Amino acid sequence: MHARLIRLRAQIVKELLCLLRDPKSRAVMLGPPLIQLFVFSFAMTLEVKHIDIALLNHDSGGAAIELVQQIQSSDLVDRVRTAGSERELAEMIDTQQVLASVVIPETFSRDIARGNSGTAQIIVDGRKANAGQIALGYLQTIAGNAATTRRPLSGGETATVRHEFNPNLIYPWYVVPSLAGILVTLVALMVTALSIARERELGTFDQLLVSPCTPSEIIVAKAIPAFLVGTVLASLMMGAAVLLFGVPFTGSFGLLFGCLMVFILSLVGIGLMISSICSTQQQAILGTFAVVVPAIIMSGFATPVENMPVALQWLAQCIPLKHFLIILQGSFLKALPPADVFANAWPMALIAAVTLTLATRLVRSKLQ
Amino acid sequence: MSAKRSSGFNGYRLAAIARKESYQIFRDPSTLLVAFVLPIVMLFLFAYGVSLDTRNVRIGVVLEADDAAAQSLAAAFSGSRYFSVTPARDRREVEPRMIAGHLRGYVVIPQDFASRLQRGQTTALVQIVTDGTQPNTATFVANYAKSVVSNWAATQIPDAAPAINVQSRFWFNPEMESRRALIPGALSIIMTIIGTLLTALVVAREWERGTMEGIFSTPATVLEILLGKLLPYFCLGLAAVSVSAVLAVWVFGVPLRGSVLTLLLLSSVFLVPALGQGLLISTLARNQFVAAQLALVSGFLPAFILSGFLFEIRSMPRAIQMLTYIVPARYFNAGLQTVFLAGDVWPLILPSIGAMLLLGSILFAIVVRKTRKSLEV
Repeated sequence: MHARLIRLRAQIVKELLCLLRDPKSRAVMLGPPLIQLFVFSFAMTLEVKHIDIALLNHDSGGAAIELVQQIQSSDLVDRVRTAGSERELAEMIDTQQVLASVVIPETFSRDIARGNSGTAQIIVDGRKANAGQIALGYLQTIAGNAATTRRPLSGGETATVRHEFNPNLIYPWYVVPSLAGILVTLVALMVTALSIARERELGTFDQLLVSPCTPSEIIVAKAIPAFLVGTVLASLMMGAAVLLFGVPFTGSFGLLFGCLMVFILSLVGIGLMISSICSTQQQAILGTFAVVVPAIIMSGFATPVENMPVALQWLAQCIPLKHFLIILQGSFLKALPPADVFANAWPMALIAAVTLTLATRLVRSKLQ
Repeated sequence: MSAKRSSGFNGYRLAAIARKESYQIFRDPSTLLVAFVLPIVMLFLFAYGVSLDTRNVRIGVVLEADDAAAQSLAAAFSGSRYFSVTPARDRREVEPRMIAGHLRGYVVIPQDFASRLQRGQTTALVQIVTDGTQPNTATFVANYAKSVVSNWAATQIPDAAPAINVQSRFWFNPEMESRRALIPGALSIIMTIIGTLLTALVVAREWERGTMEGIFSTPATVLEILLGKLLPYFCLGLAAVSVSAVLAVWVFGVPLRGSVLTLLLLSSVFLVPALGQGLLISTLARNQFVAAQLALVSGFLPAFILSGFLFEIRSMPRAIQMLTYIVPARYFNAGLQTVFLAGDVWPLILPSIGAMLLLGSILFAIVVRKTRKSLEV
């Protein structure tokens, strides 16, 4: 037993040296992810504001002027550009100078004055599916408000809305914790995927196999550096989320930290599996990429998992990030109860157990 | 054939290096995995998997009242294609389910609903509560739930016509299918992976193994070596884009309203900065792990996040908007979306091409300088 511990310790020291000896490698493990956290946290907003819109107004009546003023004064619009003709309007949309345009017909004010509905047309650039839809929603609300000021009886508030956990829908509260999960996934997978593949490429893996180390020892030793890097990185990012971005943390820190361990363990398992299949670093890096890109797309970060077809929803259950994102968001904003944390933690534990076992098997098969 | 050293440009040497590089591509299955399999998986996911057209969002409807009007509103929610409804009697039933993430929000139809309805719309009829942890979905739930209530109310309260009626039209994408906008954007990500990541890795490997010095000791000039290395990846990139475009049009039903030539022109031009960036990364890193990390953070993630493909650039803070100007994928993405959905709009495409060429020449100038220097050291 004692000999075993000494062997294991020696191997862990070796793995840590491999990873941390090169100053450039050290730098790219922590530096870029942290910079990304800052840049992307501000960039990843599905809000739409400060856009330019085009206006083609054929009507000089009061109702039209009022509508235009309401649009101009909203937070959505930065600049309203007046188009002289249909053609000019089309050109502005074609060249993406504006995201949307409003056309007010000649009869607009007259129709309203007569007690009918004035019809305004909104044209949206369909190349921008998401922003276009959101901008249209805002413009419709503005038109609705303009309509109520004109004719208070119609329309109006039918419902009050309360956004729980994030009353003002501050985007960084959502993005920063989630992005931390994504960036940790990228780094932890890459570090582990390279570990065995690098030794295979350099030929040192054969030496490792003829040494007295057992396959499980090899796996444990390979897992620890990625585990440390992942934990440090995740802690830094979560610290930044709370201290720099002011994201409230309402859940249990201990539970979240425990789940982080399980999460990283499952990533390490996947990474080691990839690594034991690949024979060169290039294969390992590209293999990781082929796994991680679809995984991030399906994790529920950008679009809800329940929007996907059922078969893909099942597949998404195999993605550790999908479960961890729920725990992360829940722990930060929702004070997620332990039972719900557990409900999302055990799938990750299962993934970790399966992948680590498989990775050990794969290494053992190389021995024989 | 004179074997004069470094005297001008020699097509044979270039071809030899390009051939060597092509063998390397085809020998390693991982290259083909990333160049052809990953694009297909991504296109498939963007076509069928991920969708921004939210529907069947799970919400709860808490019915505190029992009268016919309340029942009818609850039925309106169940009938909406935007929601999949879990009925409840008490908000304490749905609140924990929202915390657990099973519901994205809930609507409370209050006890005094009937009397609120009679009073006219001076007070709100219902309360909508959303899960604010995902702001996008929360906004969706709030807006669509409101419109369900308004539409229902319009059938209940005979009233004058609304003062303003909005008619909306989506140009280029009348049904507003998100896949039509996402698939062209996905092409720019695929090309970034091939152009930047693959090149960065392959050249970094040569540096790491020391075979780069071997090539430098041959009579080939720096320019021949760089071009010879890039040419096969250029072709690989164009092949990948062609396969993806064919799939996009014939399998995923994205229209190609512009010309094929414009598409190829845009793709070729985009490869200039993409390959330049890959080469620069490998020259700086000289180690595959570092190169992969740098390609990821400076190529792939910006193509995803700063290209305007998912997130609207105009809504980003000013400083980050400035940053997007040096992301080649930004120009490529706008060009691709236009070629596919709108047509050959040259006033948009030409400036994009110009910007990509400019970025490309800057990157190549740096690469050539760095490579010369490294030879002298």
